[in-house]
Amino acid sequence: MLNLRVLMDKKLQAIVQKLEKEFGATASEYRGNVTLVIPAEHVEAACKKMQELGFELLSAMTAVDYWPQENPRFHVIYQFTSVSKNLSLTLRVPVPGINPGLPTVSHLYRNANWREREIWDMFGIKFAGHPDLRRILMPADWEGHPLRKDYPLGYEEPQFTFNFEEIDLRKPYAKE
Amino acid sequence: MGVEQKLGNMGVVTTTLEQAVNWSRTRAMWPMLFGLACCAIEMMATQASHYDMSRFGMELMRPSPRQSDLMIVAGRVSRKMAPVLRRLYDQMPEPKWVISMGDCASCGGVFNNYAIMQGVDEVVPVDVYVAGCPPRPEGLIHGIVTLYEEVRSMKFAEVK
Repeated sequence: MLNLRVLMDKKLQAIVQKLEKEFGATASEYRGNVTLVIPAEHVEAACKKMQELGFELLSAMTAVDYWPQENPRFHVIYQFTSVSKNLSLTLRVPVPGINPGLPTVSHLYRNANWREREIWDMFGIKFAGHPDLRRILMPADWEGHPLRKDYPLGYEEPQFTFNFEEIDLRKPYAKE
Repeated sequence: MGVEQKLGNMGVVTTTLEQAVNWSRTRAMWPMLFGLACCAIEMMATQASHYDMSRFGMELMRPSPRQSDLMIVAGRVSRKMAPVLRRLYDQMPEPKWVISMGDCASCGGVFNNYAIMQGVDEVVPVDVYVAGCPPRPEGLIHGIVTLYEEVRSMKFAEVK
């Protein structure tokens, strides 16, 4: 923990301490990037605080699936950048696997709109209060959430010479 | 050929209507621009001056499906693009042919996953498959010449 404080920027240190106290976050640092793990109920308040502290840009928002090693299964990651102060900070929010959901931050950061749609499409995490939550990468009638770890990796069985005919019979060829 | 030589001085050649129509179809077949991914670069290279496709009648590539007879599907087709591909194929007037260029259009290529269609013949009927990742311009030209041979042997009764 001593290394952590020495390497961080002074301004960033103050911000991290404030967030830790207010939201019960745990901080960690890796090669100059600071990550705070925040519980799911404080997400909206934390993002509002970040905006007040001067982080006007949500540079990235994504999610990771740690099934089956970790529970809660999903981590939603927000990466903020402060253009005025030249700082960047990451927030991680663990989300459980049953009925995964989080409040939306698209009213605070406009670019979160499409990123939350992508997270819904790929992971199935619903964002309460999102104005237009629908699929963005897959076709609209697709079933399943592809980037989950229990989604099958390949799509079809590869055809080799020994199983060519039996797979050929099942392949969906187009009518004229 | 023998007939031509005999009657060459008179400027008369005899042939069947089928042969004449098929010959003229192969001599001026206009492809539709359907380059989706990396194979499109090779298609452009084939159209350029070094490996010239205009020698085979493909002087220009029409972006509009209504004015083209050949669709060269060059590149990977994603699941979201599939209905668009089918719509453009339906908009082409008869007679029409489809060349599936490259591995991704023929069988899914290296992408065996949820996002890429495993072969474009799931939505459109394909006449010639050209293998390669990407196929060399000579490979694509070989595919086009194969298509021409098939067109030359088409009968009127087969036209849908």
